[in-house]
Amino acid sequence: MQLTGAEIVIRCLQDEGVEYVFGYPGGAVLNIYDELFKQDKVKHVLVRHEQGAVHAADGYSRSSRKIGVALVTSGPGVTNAVTGIATAYMDSIPMVVLTGQVPTHAIGQDAFQECDTVGITRPCVKHNFLVKDVNDLAATIKKAFYLAGTGRPGPVLVDIPKDVTQAKAEYAYPKSVTLRSYNPVTKGHAGQIKKAVQLLLEAKRPMVYAGGGVILNDAAPQLTRLVRLLGFPCTTTLMGLGGFPGTDPQFTGMPGMHGTYETNMAMQHSDVLIAVGARFDDRVIGNPQHFFRSDRKIIHIDIDPSSISKRVKVDVPIVGYVGDVLDEMLKLIEGSPARPDPAALKTWWAEIKEWQRKDCLRYDKGSALIKPQAVIEALYRVTGGDAIVTSDVGQHQMWAAQYYRFDRPRRWINSGGLGTMGFGLPAAMGAQLVNPQATVACVTGEASIQMCIQELSTCKQYNLPIKLVNLNNRYLGMVRQWQEFFYGNRYSQSYVDALPDFVKLAEAYGHVGIKIEKPGDVEGALKEAFAQKERLVFLDFITDQTENVFPMVPGGKGLTEMILAEEL
Amino acid sequence: MRHILSILVENEAGALSRISGLFSARGYNIESLTVAPTEDPTMSRMTIVTVGSDDVIEQITKQLNKLVEVVKVVDLTDGNHIERELMLVKVRAAGKDRDEMKRLADIFRGRVLDVTDKSYTIELTGTGEKLDAFLTAIEPGVILETVRTGASGIGRGERILKI
Ligand SMILES: Cc1ncc(C[n+]2csc(CCOP(=O)(O)OP(=O)(O)O)c2C)c(N)n1
Repeated sequence: MQLTGAEIVIRCLQDEGVEYVFGYPGGAVLNIYDELFKQDKVKHVLVRHEQGAVHAADGYSRSSRKIGVALVTSGPGVTNAVTGIATAYMDSIPMVVLTGQVPTHAIGQDAFQECDTVGITRPCVKHNFLVKDVNDLAATIKKAFYLAGTGRPGPVLVDIPKDVTQAKAEYAYPKSVTLRSYNPVTKGHAGQIKKAVQLLLEAKRPMVYAGGGVILNDAAPQLTRLVRLLGFPCTTTLMGLGGFPGTDPQFTGMPGMHGTYETNMAMQHSDVLIAVGARFDDRVIGNPQHFFRSDRKIIHIDIDPSSISKRVKVDVPIVGYVGDVLDEMLKLIEGSPARPDPAALKTWWAEIKEWQRKDCLRYDKGSALIKPQAVIEALYRVTGGDAIVTSDVGQHQMWAAQYYRFDRPRRWINSGGLGTMGFGLPAAMGAQLVNPQATVACVTGEASIQMCIQELSTCKQYNLPIKLVNLNNRYLGMVRQWQEFFYGNRYSQSYVDALPDFVKLAEAYGHVGIKIEKPGDVEGALKEAFAQKERLVFLDFITDQTENVFPMVPGGKGLTEMILAEEL
Repeated sequence: MRHILSILVENEAGALSRISGLFSARGYNIESLTVAPTEDPTMSRMTIVTVGSDDVIEQITKQLNKLVEVVKVVDLTDGNHIERELMLVKVRAAGKDRDEMKRLADIFRGRVLDVTDKSYTIELTGTGEKLDAFLTAIEPGVILETVRTGASGIGRGERILKI
């Protein structure tokens, strides 16, 4: 049967099993919206800004293992979406973005709402397509889903001119895709895996360093088994939190710029470091020259060969899906009597325990002001450690990562790579939609929340009972912290003046707002909020403005050159 | 070190900009880039001459391979290979210099493609070095115009880049 391009788009989404599309209509996508209207299999969520649509699709994807879908119009619809696309790209989030384009005959004419979508998004997508012929449409959409979800995942964009949505073609959704130019290596090299296992068994000061790849590849069970079997210390990056249980005694906390003292020391002083789906990011290892040690062997498992030996030279590279590679390693270790030297491990753990005695996440619990760390700890208690927590970007993000202990993957959702303020609320919407029974909290700051505040309206329309935990310090806190440490307390443009009354603002959008000003009220307010299962509650915590995130490795410094709380 | 990368790439709109965009976005050098379809019209072959340390070249190769439209990447400088570039050069050739210019073109196995009473247009092929040598051999003042294709390359003997 002949279908129009617009019908084909919707049929593809149905056949792909897409449940939700996050979008915003406009001229170039009106035919698609008309077809959306005529069916009810694919549900559409109308956001209030295209950035929100993409972040919502992103949160949807991160908190499930499905591919999020966003739909926006040409020109400004696309440019508004770019921040969201770049955010997903930096964190390797599988996503398909469908964009309207001016009719093919108008392309290049500076037509109304025309922009070079493929050109603008090229550097921040895994791949993108411009569909010029309706006969290619279904196959292209199939390819987009395939590319987004396989290999190293990422956003894939399909740009569809308006006349293509009108033209007709025979519809058949392809069952499979083969691309001669795209064959990611997914199975680790057996010889390399053997070498890695050998190194692990001989290690005296081992360290397991796991990243977002563990979450993306659903490899948390394998990682957990391996770490427990070997008795090694384990850290997970900001992107890997929940990949290994945060309450496990073998977990040493996050590494990097705001990592724990013990983790950074152990990363630096290890003799065998195994990186699992992590990429030696500058925020994780600091200065690579300082990080380098000739007496440390590094094993690196990653699906993306270009992540290996990019910033740090490694000794045993293994390209493949981390889950599969860990399975192979487990088989080898479980099938052999050899185990790491217990005496050496004991000495190593004693050293780590000594570092832990620094108690680097200590803070003043007797303060008359609300300490942001205390709010996160209370949030952890009140939600039983089992909420999906999204966050924005800044100090509050770091405190959430440090003080909420994630035992399960896909519970911690944040923009790690791009660091996009405004991510938290729309990401929480996607997470809540795909996990309707889950408790979803968004930890935010008074500045970040205002970057996508309009989505409070979307939350009302779709009854999303998200709990917003606003750590309101009246500052661009993270900026203020850098200015305090490195710019002689010159707080240039980091004070957030003329803040709205967030309680009234929440109420204006039809939600509940609570302002909390005393430490003694923190836990009660959280309980009250989370008891309201059907309502979005905006919790505005007026926190200690002067609080800083510790430990801190200043930019460009080595991992062990940490500033600790007591040193100030 | 100078490297010659040969790349088989889907002959699709946008593939070239993806590759050149990769080089500029990641700060890699391009000395020259040539591209044209192969005997299989669905595929193009590109030759990129770049300079960088071994680590940088390894990253470039990996990043190129990561592009969805790139089918295969080979570093020709890893083995024996042939490198050729074409240059067209228009030179002033009047009076007594005229014979001298012709002789020099002959020495470099150049061909005179176009003649006026004041100029020659000479075609030369060879390695980049040879073309450079020709340009230094003639007086800079007599060069009116040059155009070069950039290098293309192919492996020697049984070294074949194909899918
Ligand atoms: C879109 C965007 N613009 C600017 C920044 C730089 N930046 C990083 S943290 C921060 C301050 C965030 O303030 P707030 O949301 O109040 O959080 P706090 O640090 O106070 O917890 C800024 C401006 C950013 N990450 N994203």
